[in-house]
Amino acid sequence: MQFGIFTVGDVTVDPTTGREPTEHERIKAMVAIALKAEEVGLDVFATGEHHNPPFVPSSPTTMLGYIAARTERLLLSTATTLITTNDPVKIAEDYAMLQHLSDGRVDLMMGRGNTGPVYPWFGKDIRAGIPLAIENYDLLHRLWREDVVDWKGKYRTPLQSFTSTPRPLDGVPPFVWHGSIRSPEIAEQAAYYGDGFFANHIFWPKEHTQRMIALYRQRYAHYGHGSADQAIVGLGGQVFMRRNSQDAVREFRPYFDNAPVYGHGPSLEEFTRETPLTVGSPQQVIDRTLGFREYVGDYQRQLFLMDHAGLPLKTVLEQLDLLGEEVVPVLRKEFAALRPAHVPAAPTHASLVAAAGGAKDSTVHAVDDVTGKAPEGATR
Amino acid sequence: MTRRTLAVVSAGLSQPSSTRLLADQLAAATRDELVRRGSEVELHVVDLREYAHDVVNNMLTGFAPAALREVIDTVTGADGLIAVTPIFSASYNGLFKSFFDVLDSESLVDRPVLIGATGGTARHSLALEHAVRPMFAYLRSVVVPTAVFAAPEDWSDGTADGALRARIRRSAGELADQIERRPPATGPADPFALTTDFLQMLGRGDDAPVS
Repeated sequence: MQFGIFTVGDVTVDPTTGREPTEHERIKAMVAIALKAEEVGLDVFATGEHHNPPFVPSSPTTMLGYIAARTERLLLSTATTLITTNDPVKIAEDYAMLQHLSDGRVDLMMGRGNTGPVYPWFGKDIRAGIPLAIENYDLLHRLWREDVVDWKGKYRTPLQSFTSTPRPLDGVPPFVWHGSIRSPEIAEQAAYYGDGFFANHIFWPKEHTQRMIALYRQRYAHYGHGSADQAIVGLGGQVFMRRNSQDAVREFRPYFDNAPVYGHGPSLEEFTRETPLTVGSPQQVIDRTLGFREYVGDYQRQLFLMDHAGLPLKTVLEQLDLLGEEVVPVLRKEFAALRPAHVPAAPTHASLVAAAGGAKDSTVHAVDDVTGKAPEGATR
Repeated sequence: MTRRTLAVVSAGLSQPSSTRLLADQLAAATRDELVRRGSEVELHVVDLREYAHDVVNNMLTGFAPAALREVIDTVTGADGLIAVTPIFSASYNGLFKSFFDVLDSESLVDRPVLIGATGGTARHSLALEHAVRPMFAYLRSVVVPTAVFAAPEDWSDGTADGALRARIRRSAGELADQIERRPPATGPADPFALTTDFLQMLGRGDDAPVS
């Protein structure tokens, strides 16, 4: 099982000091957090994508490319890539490039984005969110699998004899997850392609996650990709830890009370009860996280949200130490012991290459316009 | 014997509340009418006051805490709804509106609804027609023609069998009529039900799945 962190990339005032980081500080902090994730033995770092203040990560592949160059092992991902407002052609190109630069350490998570005003900035309309996600992803899926694409759809200009370059590394596209909080259509989409499904699992009660995952698993089997318990499931989660649980509650409460999403609403105690948020000791986090399996089944990826609501970098790095040193090693062992042999691990570039029967170069060489001749070994 | 459920929502804030009193009388009259016609009736009365914080939290977080979830399921899964609010500043009170704001906008479609209100003076009575009825029209509920407003004089001595009582009886009959025209409710809708399949969404009805 893979463990990692995902970040929204929000610039938020630290409610305990009144200090708000600059964009520059926040961007550098996100990098420091990613490097720390590798250092403490986590598997995945995923960044959000946003195009409005107070968020900084508008250019995920720039950031992930930089992190790729400074890490060895860390898998780089997104949470989420906006499949609605981004041009699928540009996603195909950018993430294939990142895949080459990182030697396959990349996958991505598709999401729609729920901020209405963002859509028109990119020439789109939030009311078409689901149809955009469906059409755009279907094109992206083809661009990574077919060397030459002729395509016509509703939401972007048609393509004729288009080749998205670079071709995926070793002929194997990056693995894709689809993220959604409560749209059954997205669970259906993930199931149709045999892609992964990621449940946000932060803002809503576990019953929602349970229903969405059950639907995804059932449809995954329906589309013939394997049995329901072999579907590829990822979960979010949110924790704050100190060795002593009262210290964790005391320290986290002002951040919770003022958090942009749920602040000034339910109490920390209510939210902890109603959602998967855990504030307490590392052991409490271990126990709660192991419990997720009881309502979604054996799953492949667990990402934690650790760096939001104005928590200072120093605190976040301390949290990552606790996560990497005390929590994840136990979870790894326990989850592995519980997982039946027929349930797959999370796909990686290596496993996808192996499943495809080995690596093959998929470079598409240009054809000479005048002579019509292609170089030796051209695939076109 | 047909089994019917009746949800009663009262947005009264004081305790005891004249809004709750009106809600109870409307509920009793409707139940009696349904029973007289041969149904078995299950009444669920909700004082929104008890869920005020949950309603606000739902607006802020996007989900209903467990206790409110139960109430929402009861209301959206009933055969009929009696909704009663005090009139504040020429309209329903904020708690009443907030509760209906957090419901799925499709969840009361075609639901028979009886509306009632209370106020400090009878001059507020048309708020039922210009505020409460249009809100349910938006939700595409079926609001019975008689809306019931109770002013302080309606509760005073000697008028209990007067105009108010007659209106309650008439409105209850109208609600019972609407409920009886429909098959028994099957409970709240499942928000996670898949109503389409992928090939339909993709606009290709006949393709095989891609592996």
